[in-house]
Amino acid sequence: MADVIVIGAGIIGAACAQALAGRGLRVLVLDAGLPGATAAGMGHLLVLDDNPAELALSQYSLQRWRELAPALPDGCAYRCNGTLWLAANAEEMAVAHSKYLNLQAQGVACELISSSALHQREPELCEGLEGGLLINGDGILYAPATANWMLDTPNISQRRARVSEVDGNRVRLDNGHWLSAEAVILANGVQANELCPELPIEPKKGHLLITDRYPGKVTHTLVELGYVTSAHNASGPSTACNIQPRPTGQLFIGASRQFGTTDPQVEGWMLAKMLRRATDYMPGLAQLNGIRAWTGFRAASPDGLPLVGQHPQRKGLWLAVGHEGLGVTTAPGTADLLVAQLFDETPPLAAQPYLPQRFLGESVYA
Amino acid sequence: MPELMLDGCALRVAEGTSVAAALALSGDGCTRTSVSGQRRAPLCGMGICQECRVTIDGRRRLACQTLCRDGMHVETQA
Amino acid sequence: MNEYADLLIIGAGPAGMAAALAAASSGARIVLLDDNPLPGGQIWRDGPQAKLPNPARQMRGRLEACSNIRRHSGTRVIACAGPKQLLVEDADRGWVIGYDKLILCTGARELLLPFPGWTLPGVTGAGGLQALIKGGLPVQDERIVIAGSGPLLLASAATAKHNGAQVLRIAEQACAAAVGGFAAQLPRWPNKLMQSVTLFDRHYRTGTYVLAALGNERLEGVRLQQQGKIVELECDRLACGFGLIPNTQLGQALGCELEGQAIAVDAWQTTRRADYYAAGECTGFGGSELALVEGAIAGHAAVGDLDSARALWPRRACWQGFANALNKAFTLDPQLKSLAQPDTLVCRCEDVPYAALAGHTDWREAKLASRCGMGACQSRVCGGTLQHLFGWQPAAPRPPFSPARIETLLCLDDTPPA
Repeated sequence: MADVIVIGAGIIGAACAQALAGRGLRVLVLDAGLPGATAAGMGHLLVLDDNPAELALSQYSLQRWRELAPALPDGCAYRCNGTLWLAANAEEMAVAHSKYLNLQAQGVACELISSSALHQREPELCEGLEGGLLINGDGILYAPATANWMLDTPNISQRRARVSEVDGNRVRLDNGHWLSAEAVILANGVQANELCPELPIEPKKGHLLITDRYPGKVTHTLVELGYVTSAHNASGPSTACNIQPRPTGQLFIGASRQFGTTDPQVEGWMLAKMLRRATDYMPGLAQLNGIRAWTGFRAASPDGLPLVGQHPQRKGLWLAVGHEGLGVTTAPGTADLLVAQLFDETPPLAAQPYLPQRFLGESVYA
Repeated sequence: MPELMLDGCALRVAEGTSVAAALALSGDGCTRTSVSGQRRAPLCGMGICQECRVTIDGRRRLACQTLCRDGMHVETQA
Repeated sequence: MNEYADLLIIGAGPAGMAAALAAASSGARIVLLDDNPLPGGQIWRDGPQAKLPNPARQMRGRLEACSNIRRHSGTRVIACAGPKQLLVEDADRGWVIGYDKLILCTGARELLLPFPGWTLPGVTGAGGLQALIKGGLPVQDERIVIAGSGPLLLASAATAKHNGAQVLRIAEQACAAAVGGFAAQLPRWPNKLMQSVTLFDRHYRTGTYVLAALGNERLEGVRLQQQGKIVELECDRLACGFGLIPNTQLGQALGCELEGQAIAVDAWQTTRRADYYAAGECTGFGGSELALVEGAIAGHAAVGDLDSARALWPRRACWQGFANALNKAFTLDPQLKSLAQPDTLVCRCEDVPYAALAGHTDWREAKLASRCGMGACQSRVCGGTLQHLFGWQPAAPRPPFSPARIETLLCLDDTPPA
């Protein structure tokens, strides 16, 4: 008998389960074993300031990751290697500058990097970049191992099962059995719509590629500022340079975005487009060997912020979905927000911007 | 008979000799160090196991499937 | 710079060469790809210490003489680049080849099962040692133990001896009855009988398998389970392989169905996908004679010469019988599944030990938790082990099918589909 049922054993479900178990609750985590974003994604821990709510959640969560880091086993591969945002022209450098001011004002450690200093820091970068912004506290980790570590907590039990229906604080499994608890937490990413069709979650396909081991070529996670301008605002398929140095010495290459498909096949044209963008910023990449490519689907919400809170029409069902590309980053913050709301405590950051009501309408119960 | 450099040592080999064989002729035949620090040498001999990855003229290639060429520079992985 | 072929043949071993030659007289534009520096596959591998048999030499000569056959050696298929288009890569560049029909002759690789010490320098596959020697590996006066299963052990031993090595033991895991039963059938295929006589070695032992490879920095000896006793031998090399696994990855990526572990084909060597054929070891292990006739059938069929194809059916049936006898005789002893100790590495690319894998429910879960299969070989080696030990099915292949330069992947057209 569980106090709370969590649907989804990815990083969000795992973080929520760990936080609830830490409060003494018995948690049952159900997972259908389907491919999810935690297994596919880049494990990038980054502060993003497209809007204040995104900044608040990512900044808070990054701090929580830094606190958790000493407890993480080696397999989680946590590194605080910083994100270096790259400006290709004066316009992007201006964006870097205003981000710098904004982040500094919010207490996020960062520094502007000049064009010449850029090459000292990252000799592999192409010529002609305008400069960059280094966010020192950003990091990386291996999300599947981290989720497993979180789930390996007393009072958490796991079951391989597919949920076919939710009814408030009750769930029906594929085998027809109903389970109930004080609360049910929906944390199954792109599969959330299957159980709650009213959720405004859309799958956003992403391609990834990883190289063989080439230690020492890149230090920081390299992301183009064009990412902010092009990728977020476009509705069609888009790519942006995202090169992450793995502790293994492999280079992890992203990022691409496509709507309107659930086909997990690697699409050659998209892979080529994404790799071209990456080699534009790091020409030497072209000579390195890629060993593996795959795809994943991010659970995207219309405003780029997750839905965290009780479902306004389904009492007993709590939502922790729609994290798009910030699931790993904001897992601790999501868990803390959810636990605070469950226990009717003051949350560590304002919960309002992430409440499901903003899409689903006001609560029908008291 | 091509002459090539293997980890800084010159070696002349018969035409058609593989880089894997050349490494055994000039040294211990090892090609790389594994993730946990073990020395490794070619295993499958036919381009599958990837144990014989070396750098040849700046590119990472398989020693067992590459023939020695005059002037080639081969570096094993540390 | 892209290329076009009426008929694209992947693999220039006996099957691929036979296919190309069978199809050549039609005048079709034929492109023959192979990832080795010279044609011949494994069994007819050429090199400074290889002894190329006459049939191989003749076929190569005939290939060179055909003006409508273009050969690319040292070339691998990296990805599907579009409908009937493949992205390929050689040492210098990547490019796209378009085709109308395709014949897969991708051969087989050795099943390499883990045992303590198998990662030591000095340990290779059995076919692996043979290939390395042919490419010039010096083995003069080296003491070699050959182990595992199948007739390949004898062929490997022969190559080693021919190049001055001292073969101390050939350890065949199959029992005497199985091997004897197979040998008793050899008179059905007279030249195979002749071959077995010439390959016979007095150090051959049945019911014998490796328990451990011994040594610190490199191999110094082996410990064998020999017909119930434990035997230790000092040696310089251990060549160990447990039979062959068909290379079906490219076929699967192209949508061909499998039957068991091999690519499924009909009497015309056609796969379940129209315009795609397969021949040789990738359709099931059977030796070079079977590969030659299957390749020829595929080549004839692919250019529409059904009469010539059909005429070869009896010969194929004869050699298929040999293949069946072979596969039955050398099935693997279940004891081999328990050779690996908890700390024996199963994934050599990522150094993942057996203990990290046992207890997972499937391949995917094990891979995510342990990194097994995430390395450069993309589970071509450990995949066979995991299938053998746990019955796990590997995932569908994804591009790149082999490690490929990023600049090669850039050759994929980046235009979104309409």
